Amino acid sequence: MASHPLAPGESSSSNPPSLPPAAGWQGIASDWSSDKEAFRQVPWGKAMMWIFLLSDTFIFTCFLTGYMSVRMTITSAWPNPSEVFALTIGGREIPLILIAIMTFVLISSSGTMAMAVNFAYRRDRAKTTALMLATAALGVTFVGMQAFEWSKLIAEGVRPWGNPMGAAQFGASFFMITGFHGLHVSIGAIYLSIVALKVLRGDYERSGNYQNVEIAGLYWHFVDLVWVFIFAFFYLW
Amino acid sequence: MAHAQGQQHPISLYLKIWGLLFVLSTMSYLVDYFHFHGYLRWSLIITFMLLKAGLIVSIFMHMAWERLAMVYAILVPPLCLLVLVGLMATEADYVFLSRVISFGQ
Repeated sequence: MASHPLAPGESSSSNPPSLPPAAGWQGIASDWSSDKEAFRQVPWGKAMMWIFLLSDTFIFTCFLTGYMSVRMTITSAWPNPSEVFALTIGGREIPLILIAIMTFVLISSSGTMAMAVNFAYRRDRAKTTALMLATAALGVTFVGMQAFEWSKLIAEGVRPWGNPMGAAQFGASFFMITGFHGLHVSIGAIYLSIVALKVLRGDYERSGNYQNVEIAGLYWHFVDLVWVFIFAFFYLW
Repeated sequence: MAHAQGQQHPISLYLKIWGLLFVLSTMSYLVDYFHFHGYLRWSLIITFMLLKAGLIVSIFMHMAWERLAMVYAILVPPLCLLVLVGLMATEADYVFLSRVISFGQ
Protein backbone atom coordinates (compact mmCIF):
# COMPACT_ATOMS: atom_id res chain seq x y z
CA MET A 1 0.00 0.00 0.00
CA ALA A 2 1.02 3.57 -0.57
CA SER A 3 1.11 4.26 3.14
CA HIS A 4 4.06 1.95 3.84
CA PRO A 5 7.11 3.97 4.87
CA LEU A 6 9.99 3.61 2.46
CA ALA A 7 13.30 2.35 3.75
CA PRO A 8 16.14 4.81 3.18
CA GLY A 9 17.77 4.25 -0.15
CA GLU A 10 14.90 2.17 -1.44
CA SER A 11 13.86 3.08 -4.92
CA SER A 12 10.76 5.18 -4.89
CA SER A 13 10.17 5.12 -8.61
CA SER A 14 7.22 2.73 -8.31
CA ASN A 15 5.79 4.39 -5.26
CA PRO A 16 6.67 8.10 -5.05
CA PRO A 17 5.76 9.68 -1.69
CA SER A 18 4.26 12.65 -3.49
CA LEU A 19 1.75 10.49 -5.36
CA PRO A 20 -1.61 12.27 -5.25
CA PRO A 21 -4.34 10.23 -3.52
CA ALA A 22 -6.49 8.21 -5.90
CA ALA A 23 -9.80 9.76 -6.84
CA GLY A 24 -13.21 8.33 -7.66
CA TRP A 25 -14.14 4.76 -6.81
CA GLN A 26 -10.50 3.81 -6.38
CA GLY A 27 -10.11 6.58 -3.84
CA ILE A 28 -13.11 5.35 -1.88
CA ALA A 29 -11.82 1.79 -1.87
CA SER A 30 -8.29 2.78 -0.83
CA ASP A 31 -9.55 5.14 1.88
CA TRP A 32 -11.74 2.46 3.41
CA SER A 33 -9.02 -0.18 3.27
CA SER A 34 -6.06 1.92 4.40
CA ASP A 35 -5.06 -0.42 7.19
CA LYS A 36 -7.01 1.35 9.86
CA GLU A 37 -8.60 -0.98 12.37
CA ALA A 38 -10.86 0.27 15.12
CA PHE A 39 -11.66 -3.10 16.67
CA ARG A 40 -8.24 -4.70 17.07
CA GLN A 41 -9.33 -6.33 20.33
CA VAL A 42 -12.58 -7.67 18.91
CA PRO A 43 -12.57 -10.59 16.44
CA TRP A 44 -13.94 -9.38 13.09
CA GLY A 45 -16.65 -12.04 12.97
CA LYS A 46 -18.05 -10.82 16.25
CA ALA A 47 -17.86 -7.17 15.21
CA MET A 48 -19.66 -7.94 11.95
CA MET A 49 -22.40 -9.87 13.75
CA TRP A 50 -22.90 -6.92 16.11
CA ILE A 51 -23.18 -4.54 13.16
CA PHE A 52 -25.73 -6.84 11.54
CA LEU A 53 -27.69 -6.93 14.80
CA LEU A 54 -27.51 -3.13 14.93
CA SER A 55 -29.15 -2.97 11.50
CA ASP A 56 -31.76 -5.51 12.65
CA THR A 57 -32.46 -3.29 15.66
CA PHE A 58 -33.39 -0.50 13.27
CA ILE A 59 -35.72 -2.79 11.30
CA PHE A 60 -37.58 -4.04 14.36
CA THR A 61 -37.76 -0.56 15.89
CA CYS A 62 -39.25 0.76 12.65
CA PHE A 63 -41.94 -1.95 12.85
CA LEU A 64 -42.66 -1.18 16.49
CA THR A 65 -42.70 2.57 15.82
CA GLY A 66 -45.15 2.02 12.96
CA TYR A 67 -47.30 0.00 15.33
CA MET A 68 -47.07 2.78 17.93
CA SER A 69 -48.09 5.34 15.34
CA VAL A 70 -51.24 3.49 14.26
CA ARG A 71 -52.16 2.64 17.82
CA MET A 72 -51.89 6.30 18.89
CA THR A 73 -53.83 7.64 15.91
CA ILE A 74 -56.66 5.16 15.27
CA THR A 75 -60.21 6.36 15.70
CA SER A 76 -61.66 2.92 16.57
CA ALA A 77 -60.80 0.90 19.69
CA TRP A 78 -57.69 -1.31 19.72
CA PRO A 79 -58.54 -4.98 20.48
CA ASN A 80 -57.60 -5.90 24.06
CA PRO A 81 -54.54 -8.20 23.69
CA SER A 82 -55.22 -9.66 27.11
CA GLU A 83 -58.53 -11.08 25.81
CA VAL A 84 -57.48 -11.76 22.21
CA PHE A 85 -54.58 -13.97 23.35
CA ALA A 86 -56.39 -15.66 26.23
CA LEU A 87 -56.71 -19.43 26.24
CA THR A 88 -59.44 -21.51 27.86
CA ILE A 89 -57.78 -24.17 29.97
CA GLY A 90 -59.93 -26.44 32.12
CA GLY A 91 -63.03 -24.33 31.52
CA ARG A 92 -61.31 -21.18 32.77
CA GLU A 93 -60.11 -18.35 30.58
CA ILE A 94 -56.51 -17.41 31.42
CA PRO A 95 -55.30 -14.14 29.86
CA LEU A 96 -52.20 -14.12 27.68
CA ILE A 97 -51.12 -17.54 28.95
CA LEU A 98 -49.73 -18.84 25.64
CA ILE A 99 -47.62 -15.71 25.19
CA ALA A 100 -46.27 -16.10 28.73
CA ILE A 101 -45.28 -19.72 28.03
CA MET A 102 -43.64 -18.64 24.75
CA THR A 103 -41.67 -16.01 26.69
CA PHE A 104 -40.40 -18.60 29.17
CA VAL A 105 -39.48 -21.00 26.37
CA LEU A 106 -37.45 -18.31 24.61
CA ILE A 107 -35.71 -17.20 27.82
CA SER A 108 -34.83 -20.82 28.57
CA SER A 109 -33.35 -21.17 25.10
CA SER A 110 -31.22 -18.10 25.80
CA GLY A 111 -30.02 -19.72 29.02
CA THR A 112 -28.99 -22.97 27.30
CA MET A 113 -27.28 -20.94 24.56
CA ALA A 114 -25.23 -18.91 27.07
CA MET A 115 -24.06 -22.16 28.68
CA ALA A 116 -23.27 -23.66 25.26
CA VAL A 117 -20.91 -20.74 24.57
CA ASN A 118 -19.26 -21.34 27.92
CA PHE A 119 -18.71 -25.05 27.30
CA ALA A 120 -17.46 -24.32 23.79
CA TYR A 121 -14.60 -22.23 25.17
CA ARG A 122 -13.85 -25.08 27.57
CA ARG A 123 -13.69 -27.35 24.48
CA ASP A 124 -16.38 -29.65 25.80
CA ARG A 125 -17.77 -30.63 22.40
CA ALA A 126 -20.45 -33.07 23.58
CA LYS A 127 -22.01 -30.65 26.05
CA THR A 128 -21.78 -27.73 23.59
CA THR A 129 -23.54 -29.69 20.87
CA ALA A 130 -26.23 -30.96 23.24
CA LEU A 131 -26.92 -27.49 24.63
CA MET A 132 -27.01 -25.91 21.17
CA LEU A 133 -29.41 -28.54 19.85
CA ALA A 134 -31.55 -28.02 22.96
CA THR A 135 -31.57 -24.30 22.17
CA ALA A 136 -32.64 -24.98 18.59
CA ALA A 137 -35.35 -27.39 19.83
CA LEU A 138 -36.72 -24.74 22.19
CA GLY A 139 -36.70 -22.31 19.25
CA VAL A 140 -38.71 -24.77 17.14
CA THR A 141 -41.13 -25.19 20.06
CA PHE A 142 -41.54 -21.42 20.15
CA VAL A 143 -42.28 -21.25 16.42
CA GLY A 144 -44.73 -24.16 16.79
CA MET A 145 -46.65 -22.27 19.47
CA GLN A 146 -46.60 -19.19 17.30
CA ALA A 147 -48.06 -21.21 14.41
CA PHE A 148 -50.83 -22.34 16.80
CA GLU A 149 -51.47 -18.73 17.80
CA TRP A 150 -51.58 -17.59 14.19
CA SER A 151 -54.03 -20.32 13.15
CA LYS A 152 -56.23 -19.53 16.15
CA LEU A 153 -56.38 -15.84 15.23
CA ILE A 154 -56.90 -16.57 11.54
CA ALA A 155 -59.77 -18.92 12.45
CA GLU A 156 -61.28 -16.10 14.52
CA GLY A 157 -61.25 -13.90 11.44
CA VAL A 158 -58.18 -11.74 12.03
CA ARG A 159 -56.72 -10.58 8.72
CA PRO A 160 -54.05 -7.99 7.90
CA TRP A 161 -56.81 -5.68 6.62
CA GLY A 162 -59.38 -6.15 9.35
CA ASN A 163 -60.71 -8.18 12.25
CA PRO A 164 -63.95 -8.58 14.19
CA MET A 165 -62.49 -7.27 17.49
CA GLY A 166 -61.69 -3.65 16.68
CA ALA A 167 -59.15 -1.50 14.85
CA ALA A 168 -58.30 -2.86 11.41
CA GLN A 169 -54.58 -2.15 11.88
CA PHE A 170 -54.33 -4.79 14.62
CA GLY A 171 -53.96 -7.65 12.15
CA ALA A 172 -51.37 -5.86 10.02
CA SER A 173 -49.22 -5.00 13.05
CA PHE A 174 -49.59 -8.46 14.56
CA PHE A 175 -48.73 -10.48 11.46
CA MET A 176 -45.90 -8.16 10.44
CA ILE A 177 -44.16 -7.95 13.81
CA THR A 178 -44.59 -11.51 15.08
CA GLY A 179 -44.10 -12.91 11.58
CA PHE A 180 -40.76 -11.18 11.14
CA HIS A 181 -39.68 -12.26 14.60
CA GLY A 182 -40.80 -15.85 13.98
CA LEU A 183 -38.78 -15.83 10.76
CA HIS A 184 -35.73 -14.79 12.78
CA VAL A 185 -36.31 -17.64 15.26
CA SER A 186 -36.69 -20.16 12.43
CA ILE A 187 -33.52 -19.03 10.69
CA GLY A 188 -31.77 -19.03 14.07
CA ALA A 189 -32.77 -22.64 14.75
CA ILE A 190 -31.28 -23.68 11.39
CA TYR A 191 -28.15 -21.57 11.97
CA LEU A 192 -27.61 -23.05 15.45
CA SER A 193 -28.10 -26.62 14.21
CA ILE A 194 -25.47 -26.10 11.53
CA VAL A 195 -22.95 -24.66 14.00
CA ALA A 196 -23.77 -27.45 16.49
CA LEU A 197 -23.01 -30.10 13.89
CA LYS A 198 -19.76 -28.35 13.03
CA VAL A 199 -18.83 -28.42 16.72
CA LEU A 200 -19.62 -32.13 16.91
CA ARG A 201 -17.64 -32.84 13.75
CA GLY A 202 -14.62 -31.11 15.28
CA ASP A 203 -14.27 -28.26 12.78
CA TYR A 204 -13.47 -25.73 15.50
CA GLU A 205 -11.22 -28.18 17.36
CA ARG A 206 -8.98 -28.30 14.30
CA SER A 207 -8.92 -24.52 13.87
CA GLY A 208 -8.60 -24.11 17.63
CA ASN A 209 -11.18 -21.31 17.56
CA TYR A 210 -14.64 -21.62 19.06
CA GLN A 211 -15.58 -17.99 18.34
CA ASN A 212 -18.30 -19.07 15.90
CA VAL A 213 -20.33 -20.54 18.74
CA GLU A 214 -20.31 -17.22 20.55
CA ILE A 215 -21.22 -15.37 17.34
CA ALA A 216 -24.18 -17.71 16.75
CA GLY A 217 -25.08 -17.11 20.39
CA LEU A 218 -25.13 -13.35 19.83
CA TYR A 219 -27.72 -13.80 17.09
CA TRP A 220 -29.85 -16.04 19.30
CA HIS A 221 -29.77 -13.72 22.31
CA PHE A 222 -30.77 -10.87 20.01
CA VAL A 223 -33.87 -12.82 18.93
CA ASP A 224 -34.73 -13.19 22.62
CA LEU A 225 -34.03 -9.49 23.15
CA VAL A 226 -36.44 -8.48 20.38
CA TRP A 227 -39.11 -10.68 21.95
CA VAL A 228 -38.71 -8.81 25.25
CA PHE A 229 -39.71 -5.60 23.46
CA ILE A 230 -42.51 -7.23 21.44
CA PHE A 231 -43.89 -8.81 24.61
CA ALA A 232 -43.86 -5.47 26.43
CA PHE A 233 -45.19 -3.21 23.69
CA PHE A 234 -47.49 -5.44 21.66
CA TYR A 235 -48.89 -7.93 24.14
CA LEU A 236 -48.79 -6.16 27.51
CA TRP A 237 -49.35 -2.50 26.59
CA MET B 1 -5.20 -10.36 22.77
CA ALA B 2 -7.60 -9.92 25.64
CA HIS B 3 -10.11 -12.44 24.31
CA ALA B 4 -7.81 -14.99 22.77
CA GLN B 5 -9.31 -17.65 25.02
CA GLY B 6 -12.81 -16.26 24.57
CA GLN B 7 -15.25 -15.25 27.25
CA GLN B 8 -14.91 -17.36 30.38
CA HIS B 9 -17.35 -16.90 33.20
CA PRO B 10 -18.67 -19.36 35.77
CA ILE B 11 -21.79 -21.28 34.77
CA SER B 12 -23.44 -20.16 38.00
CA LEU B 13 -23.49 -16.57 36.68
CA TYR B 14 -25.58 -17.64 33.69
CA LEU B 15 -27.92 -19.67 35.89
CA LYS B 16 -28.47 -16.67 38.16
CA ILE B 17 -29.26 -14.39 35.21
CA TRP B 18 -31.55 -17.06 33.80
CA GLY B 19 -33.43 -17.18 37.11
CA LEU B 20 -33.63 -13.38 37.25
CA LEU B 21 -35.07 -13.26 33.72
CA PHE B 22 -37.69 -15.82 34.76
CA VAL B 23 -38.66 -13.72 37.79
CA LEU B 24 -38.82 -10.51 35.74
CA SER B 25 -40.94 -12.19 33.03
CA THR B 26 -43.31 -13.55 35.65
CA MET B 27 -43.63 -10.09 37.17
CA SER B 28 -44.38 -8.46 33.81
CA TYR B 29 -46.99 -11.17 33.16
CA LEU B 30 -48.57 -10.47 36.55
CA VAL B 31 -48.93 -6.80 35.54
CA ASP B 32 -51.46 -8.01 32.99
CA TYR B 33 -52.93 -10.73 35.20
CA PHE B 34 -53.80 -8.30 37.99
CA HIS B 35 -55.19 -5.73 35.51
CA PHE B 36 -53.02 -2.78 36.49
CA HIS B 37 -53.98 0.31 34.50
CA GLY B 38 -52.67 3.66 33.39
CA TYR B 39 -49.27 5.00 34.31
CA LEU B 40 -48.64 2.29 36.91
CA ARG B 41 -49.05 -0.40 34.23
CA TRP B 42 -46.90 1.40 31.64
CA SER B 43 -44.09 2.25 34.05
CA LEU B 44 -43.98 -1.32 35.39
CA ILE B 45 -43.95 -2.79 31.85
CA ILE B 46 -41.10 -0.48 30.76
CA THR B 47 -39.10 -1.08 33.95
CA PHE B 48 -39.24 -4.87 33.65
CA MET B 49 -38.56 -4.66 29.90
CA LEU B 50 -35.45 -2.50 30.33
CA LEU B 51 -34.13 -4.68 33.17
CA LYS B 52 -34.54 -7.83 31.06
CA ALA B 53 -32.99 -6.19 27.99
CA GLY B 54 -30.08 -4.94 30.07
CA LEU B 55 -29.38 -8.35 31.56
CA ILE B 56 -29.52 -10.08 28.16
CA VAL B 57 -27.23 -7.55 26.44
CA SER B 58 -24.70 -7.10 29.24
CA ILE B 59 -24.35 -10.68 30.53
CA PHE B 60 -25.65 -13.13 27.90
CA MET B 61 -24.25 -11.12 24.99
CA HIS B 62 -21.10 -10.27 27.01
CA MET B 63 -21.37 -6.54 26.35
CA ALA B 64 -20.19 -5.88 29.92
CA TRP B 65 -16.75 -7.30 29.05
CA GLU B 66 -16.33 -5.90 25.52
CA ARG B 67 -14.06 -3.02 24.48
CA LEU B 68 -15.69 0.34 25.10
CA ALA B 69 -15.05 1.34 21.45
CA MET B 70 -17.34 -1.44 20.27
CA VAL B 71 -19.91 -0.97 23.02
CA TYR B 72 -20.41 2.65 21.95
CA ALA B 73 -20.37 1.77 18.24
CA ILE B 74 -23.32 -0.58 18.85
CA LEU B 75 -25.27 1.12 21.61
CA VAL B 76 -25.11 4.79 20.57
CA PRO B 77 -26.66 4.62 17.03
CA PRO B 78 -29.99 3.19 18.32
CA LEU B 79 -30.45 6.46 20.23
CA CYS B 80 -31.44 7.95 16.84
CA LEU B 81 -34.45 5.66 17.02
CA LEU B 82 -35.63 7.45 20.13
CA VAL B 83 -35.79 10.61 18.02
CA LEU B 84 -37.99 8.77 15.50
CA VAL B 85 -40.25 7.49 18.28
CA GLY B 86 -40.45 11.00 19.75
CA LEU B 87 -41.35 12.54 16.39
CA MET B 88 -44.06 9.97 15.72
CA ALA B 89 -45.49 10.38 19.21
CA THR B 90 -45.66 14.18 18.99
CA GLU B 91 -47.33 13.98 15.58
CA ALA B 92 -49.91 11.46 16.82
CA ASP B 93 -52.45 14.04 18.05
CA TYR B 94 -52.39 15.82 14.71
CA VAL B 95 -52.80 12.57 12.73
CA PHE B 96 -55.62 11.50 15.03
CA LEU B 97 -57.50 14.78 14.48
CA SER B 98 -56.95 14.53 10.73
CA ARG B 99 -58.44 11.04 10.79
CA VAL B 100 -61.45 12.25 12.76
CA ILE B 101 -62.02 15.13 10.32
CA SER B 102 -61.40 13.13 7.14
CA PHE B 103 -63.00 9.81 7.96
CA GLY B 104 -65.45 10.74 10.72
CA GLN B 105 -66.66 8.33 13.32
